Formats: sequence, structure tokens, C-alpha cells
Amino acid sequence: MTAHTAEQLAHEQRRYLQVFAWLTVLTAVELAVIYMPIPHLAIGGMLVLLAATKASLVALFYMHLAVERRTLTYIALTPAILCVLLIFALLPDLGGITRALTQATPPAAEAEAHH
Amino acid sequence: MSHAAVAHEQVLEPTESPLTPESWGKLGMWVFLCADAMSFGGLLAGYGALRYGDPTWPRPSSILGIQLTALMTFLLICSSVTMVEALAAIRQGDQRGLRKFLMLTVLGGVMFLGLQAFEWNKLIFHEGQSIARNNFGATFFILTGFHGCHVFSGVVYLSTVLARAAAGAYSARENNGVEIAALYWHFVDLIWILVFTFVYLL
Repeated sequence: MTAHTAEQLAHEQRRYLQVFAWLTVLTAVELAVIYMPIPHLAIGGMLVLLAATKASLVALFYMHLAVERRTLTYIALTPAILCVLLIFALLPDLGGITRALTQATPPAAEAEAHH
Repeated sequence: MSHAAVAHEQVLEPTESPLTPESWGKLGMWVFLCADAMSFGGLLAGYGALRYGDPTWPRPSSILGIQLTALMTFLLICSSVTMVEALAAIRQGDQRGLRKFLMLTVLGGVMFLGLQAFEWNKLIFHEGQSIARNNFGATFFILTGFHGCHVFSGVVYLSTVLARAAAGAYSARENNGVEIAALYWHFVDLIWILVFTFVYLL
């Protein structure tokens, strides 16, 4: 990407500022969401969605993935997919280990399952 | 470009990378960032798993200062903008603009580190939090500390780029070094967006 016309550069710079505005607005929305009187799970879902949107904006426009070869996007997405898989792979086991370590009372449903 | 210069370039880059035709360095940075993303992913997954199983886990907003961290987030977003502006400047051959925006980016990074030091100082010495006290402290200090190390490395890296820029190493045609450093800096910003959400807000 060495050859850039003045028009291209002006367009890119407008885009950079638009992305900046979006990132700022989305951060403000995130701060508002945590004080909303809705279930914690719904807040969590919204926060994850907002964070994923902000991260995608940075990767697509500031890291130029939107104009790079598609294969580079797939490479960049691979760790993200692996990390999500890792979280789901760890959840059941480590959740139990932590419960045992902290000696917390298991949820009622689990206690019933043992009978 | 003279024939000699063309021949010289061919010696340096005998074949082109199909993914990043501009330079191998850019592909190298992407590969590094993917590996680094896995490190953060592992830490975040470990944090998630520990927190999921612990009903006594405190609400982060009851311990951590959300307003201060929101300011830190805004600061990193601003420094990402100054970084893209630095790259845009040198692509137009604007040496002064490159130096100015690089300096602002480094300043943003230094201010971020200052605020993080202030936050850690308050948490450790005034509120009794520590890496060894509980899982909350352990995951918090490891995640934000690992990210802070990245910001510090970024500040050192960008200072080097700034020194090279001051020596006139970049031009409208040759600015791969700036673009590759920018990739690293935006990645640090991207990771903070995730850390801010998962560690502070959720």
C-alpha cells in the first residue's frame, strides 16, 4: 500500500475519524449498560457484543483488514475462534475445581442430582 | 527509479509474499500478533473459567474505578487515532506530521501507563488488593499487568520509530516500518477494549 492518491488518503482520514467517533460512542454505551436495571446475563450479552464490535472496528479499519487480502482476515480470526473454543472447553471443569477450592455451597440443582 | 535501485530491491526481496505484498515484515507482525492474541486468550479464558465457578466473586465495579478506566480506554482510542494519522501523514510525505502524531501516540501510551500505576498503587497500598490474596486479585493483576507490559513495549517500540523518523528514515514511498509499528499499537488498543469489558465492566 505505498501508492496512495490524495483523494484516497482524504477518504481514509474521514473514515478514521468516523471509526474514532463510533469507538467513543460505543464505550459510552458500555458504561451506560452496566447501570441499566436489567438482568446481569442480558448486560453481559450486550457488553460482549459491544466489545466484539469495537474490536472488529479497530481490526478492520485501523489495522486495515478491510482492505487486505481475505486470507489475512482468516489468519487473524483463527486465534479468536480458538480462544472462544478454549473458554467453552475450560468452563465445566475449572468451574467445579474453583467451587471445590473455595468450598462454596453447590447450587441446589447439583445437590439434588447426587440423590 | 533507476535500474540499479530496482536490482537492489530484487536482491532484498527475491519473491513477494502473497498475503502482504508490501513487505514480509508486515506478515511477520501479523503472525506475532496472532500468537500474542493466543496468550491473552489463554489468560482471559482462565479468568473466565475461575470466575464462572466462584459464586463469591465480587462485582468488579464494586472494587475497581470504572470512571478512571473509561478515561484510560478513551486515551488508548485517541492514541490509535494519532497512530493512523501518523501513517496517513507519512504516506503524503509529511515528515513533520509523522513526528507530531508519533509523539502524541507515545504521549498517550505514557499517560496510560501513568494512570495504570496510579490505579495499581491505590488498589495495592490503599485497598489491600494483591496478586496473592484471592483469584480476583490474581487474574486482575496478571491480565492488566500483561497488557501494561505490552503498552510499555509499545512506547519503547514507537519511540524507536520516532527516533528513526527524526533521522528521516521514512518517506511517502517507504513507510512499512511505520505501518508495522502501527499494527502492534492498534493490537494493544484492541486487547484493552476486551480487557476493559471482561475485567472491569462484566
